[in-house]
Amino acid sequence: MSTAEILTNREYKYGWVTDIESETIPRGLSEDTVRLISQKKSEPEWMLEFRLKAYRNWLNMQEPRHWPNIAFPEVNYQDIIYYSAPKQRAAKVSLDEVDPELLRTFDKLGIPLSEQKQLAGVAVDAVFDSVSVATTYKEKLKKHGVIFCSFSEAVREYAEIVRKYLGSVVPTNDNFYAALNSAVFSDGSFCFIPKGVRCPMELSTYFRINNSESGQFERTLIVAEEGSHVSYLEGCTAPKFDKNQLHAAVVELVALDDAEIKYSTVQNWYAGDEQGVGGIYNFVTKRGKCAGRNSKISWTQVETGSAITWKYPSCILQGDNSVGEFYSVALTNHAQQADTGTKMIHLGKNTRSTIISKGISAGHANNSYRGLVKIMPKAENARNYTQCDSMLIGSDAGANTFPYIEVMNNSSQVEHEASTSRISEEQLFYLMQRGISQEDAVSLIINGFCKDVFLQLPMEFAVEATRLLGLKLEGAIG
Amino acid sequence: MLEIRNLYASVDGNEILKGINLKVNKGEVHAIMGPNGSGKSTLAKVLAGHPSYEVTRGEVLFEGKNLLELSPDVRAREGVFMAFQYPIEVPGVSNAQFLRLAYNEKQKHLGQEELDPLEFKDLLKEKAKIVEMEASFMTRSVNEGFSGGEKKRNEILQMAVLDPKLSVLDETDSGLDIDALRIVAEGVNKLHDPNKAVILVTHYQRLLNYITPDFVHVLSAGRIVKEGGKELALELEEKGYDWLKNGSVAAGAK
Ligand SMILES: Nc1ncnc2c1ncn2[C@@H]1O[C@H](COP(=O)(O)OP(=O)(O)O)[C@@H](O)[C@H]1O
Ligand SMILES: [Mg+2]
Repeated sequence: MSTAEILTNREYKYGWVTDIESETIPRGLSEDTVRLISQKKSEPEWMLEFRLKAYRNWLNMQEPRHWPNIAFPEVNYQDIIYYSAPKQRAAKVSLDEVDPELLRTFDKLGIPLSEQKQLAGVAVDAVFDSVSVATTYKEKLKKHGVIFCSFSEAVREYAEIVRKYLGSVVPTNDNFYAALNSAVFSDGSFCFIPKGVRCPMELSTYFRINNSESGQFERTLIVAEEGSHVSYLEGCTAPKFDKNQLHAAVVELVALDDAEIKYSTVQNWYAGDEQGVGGIYNFVTKRGKCAGRNSKISWTQVETGSAITWKYPSCILQGDNSVGEFYSVALTNHAQQADTGTKMIHLGKNTRSTIISKGISAGHANNSYRGLVKIMPKAENARNYTQCDSMLIGSDAGANTFPYIEVMNNSSQVEHEASTSRISEEQLFYLMQRGISQEDAVSLIINGFCKDVFLQLPMEFAVEATRLLGLKLEGAIG
Repeated sequence: MLEIRNLYASVDGNEILKGINLKVNKGEVHAIMGPNGSGKSTLAKVLAGHPSYEVTRGEVLFEGKNLLELSPDVRAREGVFMAFQYPIEVPGVSNAQFLRLAYNEKQKHLGQEELDPLEFKDLLKEKAKIVEMEASFMTRSVNEGFSGGEKKRNEILQMAVLDPKLSVLDETDSGLDIDALRIVAEGVNKLHDPNKAVILVTHYQRLLNYITPDFVHVLSAGRIVKEGGKELALELEEKGYDWLKNGSVAAGAK
């Protein structure tokens, strides 16, 4: 036996399709498509204007094909369906009116929505293709002044807040996918935590892509007012199709003075098969602005799915003494590609950022960390600590680290550490000599490697993440 | 308990073990001595099932079973333990987490009760006394940042937890100061009973002042060239290994 790669990933557990009647619009993208989406959602004029502006920007933009370390065939943007919603009766008043088939779907995904079975301590917004189908614990949260609802509802009910912050962190012309999203986004989640409130429960959104022809373009906006605190979780899965689906989301976070937002993702989109056929293109723009003094934004991500991951959850540290954190585990196996990392932009005085990135690459997958630490001239005493560790499994896997550091203030301190390791035969033998099976030994070593990141996850998510890594790597060492 | 018959093993095409015969009964302590490079660690690793070593001839029976056809983890669960000459570090995995997983695998294999983290903590606390290890070692990553002596003590702790039938201790005495040597040796003695067997692999006879072997075998260039009782170890201490090198030629010639 040698450390060869017999790559037999266990079946993707979430690969089934819900048989449900959907209302879709014709494929293709034009100004009319944008207007149609806006009309379907009965949006106000300002929202349509926002979309149209984004669309016009997008027309003049290029896909980021050159700088990321990823390769993929041409995407025909005219061949995508930009709106797909499960057919349902007019606006639902309560969960009881949600199509039972949808409730069953989320049940099966481990996200029960019905009153009796709801997860304790976690409020969930369930998004199916282009629309939010249900949000739990809404009333309970409202008592605390916390608004948690679908993005569509927010545009109708909380227009002022949405209008104030939408696009304030990720402008419509930020990049190709963000512009596309801004033009055609269909739904997503909106969270607003008022001044001084500690959100009494975890908030989470579960994204499910079901339609093989539609893309998913969701929009998330989280605003934490002065002194408030919120922890938000995001999960996602999709059926197995042999065609690639585009997922281009935009997430914007705003933290005012002394506010704290913790955003955690366990991304398990369908990754394609062993030969690299099918899977999600996960092209996502996530950015948080620490607008206020002493504010804090912390990103934790466990990226295990998708055929391609292109994502750089970032922090703009504008308020003095604000803190940005990025904890990431990115796992790629078989033909998966990931180019992921973060940007920490230090604007304010005494701003601090921490980046801990763990890349795991197996099969003939390619895994790149790309990170920018930028210290602007006024960021007195800014500090950054970056640690990038890569682990390779087998001899065909690749890992790269691309750290970009731009320092424009001499009083700042920037530290960068990087390492690359392999699971050694000696390590496996040691664990197996104690009676631990080879698969468990691999899991144990990988979990040890990811520990600093897993510690940041809420408990249930950490358990899920541990399990997921084990599954994804099953048989990765032969 | 263990019977090794005419065992040949090679690594990367180099033949290292050249016809080992050894029989170990319950309750016995065997010492395997020999100069550096004679194949002592190779023998230990072959018994434990290290994937780099290929057995080209011979057989090994453990409790009547063909040991060589079992994977390393199954051998371990069946009761074969090897204390490593160079214990491996596993960053980010706590000693307690690792040991509980190992313990429960064995329990499961034997159809016995598995322990939850709290129950296991109590067991670990008891076992840690045997090698005088502090509680803080249980929450630290496996062997990471341990001194040489601490790593060796940690090996014996694992032996105490896993309660193996056959323990192969590879140079467990090397790198230990006199106090640590005493602790480790006393630990091994405490764990020994008439139903178990121990194979001590050592270069020096120092350890044998603390653990008395019933038999001493001298390995040279992949063969056992001399065997005897505990007094053989003293003789080796006095004369060194050089006088045996000729003996090995003779043994090879006959
Ligand atoms: N992986 C290996 N590749 C090549 N040669 C090896 C390997 N492992 C051990 N050897 C060789 O086998 C011989 C015996 O080694 P070892 O069993 O470690 O001896 P000892 O434990 O008695 O000092 C040595 O000559 C050593 O160089
Ligand atoms: Mg040795």
